[in-house]
Amino acid sequence: MQNWWSLKLREMKANKHSYILLAPYMVLFAVFTVLPVLISIVLSFTYFNMLEFPKFIGWQNYTRLFLEDEVFLIAVKNTLLFAIITGPISYIACFVFAWIINELSPKVRAVMTLVFYAPSISGNVFFIWLMIFSGDRYGIANGFLLKLGLILEPLQWLKKEEYILPIIILVQLWLSLGTGFLAFIAGLQTVDRTLYEAGAVDGIKNRWQELWYITLPSMRPQLMFGAVIQLTSAFAVADVSIALAGFPSVNYAAETIVTHLIDFGTTRFEMGYASSIATVLFMIMVGTNLIVQKLLRKVGE
Amino acid sequence: MTFSYRIRRKRVNRSFWGSFSLFVLLAAFGAFMILPLIYAINNAFKPLDEIFMFPPTLFVRNPTMNNFIDLMNLLGNSWVPFSRYIFNTVFITGMGIIGHVLLASAAAYPLAKHKFPGKGFMFTIVVLSLMFTPAVTAIPTYMIMSWLGLIDTYWAVIIPAFAYSLGLYLMKQFMEQIPDVLLEAAKIDGASEYRIFWTIVMPNVKPAWLTLIILLFQILWGSDGNGFIYSEQLKSLHFAANQIVQGGIARAGAAAAVALILMSVPITLFVFSQSRIIETMATSGMKD
Repeated sequence: MQNWWSLKLREMKANKHSYILLAPYMVLFAVFTVLPVLISIVLSFTYFNMLEFPKFIGWQNYTRLFLEDEVFLIAVKNTLLFAIITGPISYIACFVFAWIINELSPKVRAVMTLVFYAPSISGNVFFIWLMIFSGDRYGIANGFLLKLGLILEPLQWLKKEEYILPIIILVQLWLSLGTGFLAFIAGLQTVDRTLYEAGAVDGIKNRWQELWYITLPSMRPQLMFGAVIQLTSAFAVADVSIALAGFPSVNYAAETIVTHLIDFGTTRFEMGYASSIATVLFMIMVGTNLIVQKLLRKVGE
Repeated sequence: MTFSYRIRRKRVNRSFWGSFSLFVLLAAFGAFMILPLIYAINNAFKPLDEIFMFPPTLFVRNPTMNNFIDLMNLLGNSWVPFSRYIFNTVFITGMGIIGHVLLASAAAYPLAKHKFPGKGFMFTIVVLSLMFTPAVTAIPTYMIMSWLGLIDTYWAVIIPAFAYSLGLYLMKQFMEQIPDVLLEAAKIDGASEYRIFWTIVMPNVKPAWLTLIILLFQILWGSDGNGFIYSEQLKSLHFAANQIVQGGIARAGAAAAVALILMSVPITLFVFSQSRIIETMATSGMKD
């Protein structure tokens, strides 16, 4: 044991420069990412209102969350709904469009990449959807349907519970071809060309077989990276919900775990309770990601 | 190169109907992606009566610069001079980017090229942090900011940006492909690790710099202070823009102009750096 420690210590001393290079980043990373997660978990077991010292109350926040807070259950339902729909669809869309774009000539490829990627980097321009779905007849959606005679008076798109969720999903999908999409475009360009030639010799007949037997397995690392990016953003729906449906939304129709967290953390100042919401969200996100990573590791095995 | 490519295209069967249906799919969804942006661009040049016209139009008929003039007038009357908002955003974005590229590169180099105790653990934590959103840590982060006395300063937005984890991740993956021979040769010549990092590694990862720059640019350019900044004179361009957008019908024209200005900057930046960013993303994959 003594030996093992002294060995490690000597190894660490030999790599002194590595630690010095790492230190500035890691210190900040610890202070602003690791420490907050730990504090959040600890606070979730307390009653804390920012004024008095936190008081330990055991599992009370969690029992309240799951047994008494009906809005939280709506939030969980909505968040899972968003994640189950936008997660896989956006992931597949990222791949499919990257795959189609990859077959185009370099010039057209660059333009199409921009077309699909632009919405996700345009900042808060998604409020343009407010004008498309505005409740008066000047909104594009209403104007179009009125002109066709399909509806007789403008619909209150963002005030009716049954329209809110589909619209947020639509906008979320519009915004979702981001970093994951770029990673796929890049990944497709690095697939070894000789593999395709060898595949053709081995009897691969069409593009679908080529995709399944050659392209997908050689892109596994990018597929795993893309999954993390798409899943994490699919669980984090909040900005779009607040911008389009308001905060709080009609009858909490568009409440998500993140908006619920914002509600308790910044409006009601129930920090202990808000921390338990954050901890649940953390567990759901990291848990799902780890499971999906396990599954993706099996692609093409 | 082109030659072998052509052979491949001929050998592997690309059916006409397959190509046709994929093309239709691409065109349809391409339209869905781009039309709202085209609508936003056109709105910025529409006179107010065209923005509120029935039936609504996608394209502008009588383009005018009135919205931009309105915007200028509006900004000329604001309590804090508009140039101050621009300075705030440029300062936050610039400092955040410089610090992040330097710190993340310095940390990525040993993670990519050295072997030392704790390396695997550190990188695993960074990857784990990609798996949740900042919303999870918002409350404790606020407490930490207030302990450090950073509330209501630029640094509350800038310093956390230094330790943005996706940047370190991408930089480390990209650095792994630098040939070891290059580093060994420098070591034999007696260069210190810091010298190797600065004179050999850094110039070789320029595409990754650009990627980190654009990723961070998106975050910081669109930042509204994250709830840490209260003083009006420290607030960001984005915050001022949101106030205009929330001005309602009378400000619809100015709001459209602001939207165009805000979105054009990151898009332009991407247009010029696209090929470098794709090059970086090629190494983004997660190995076991």
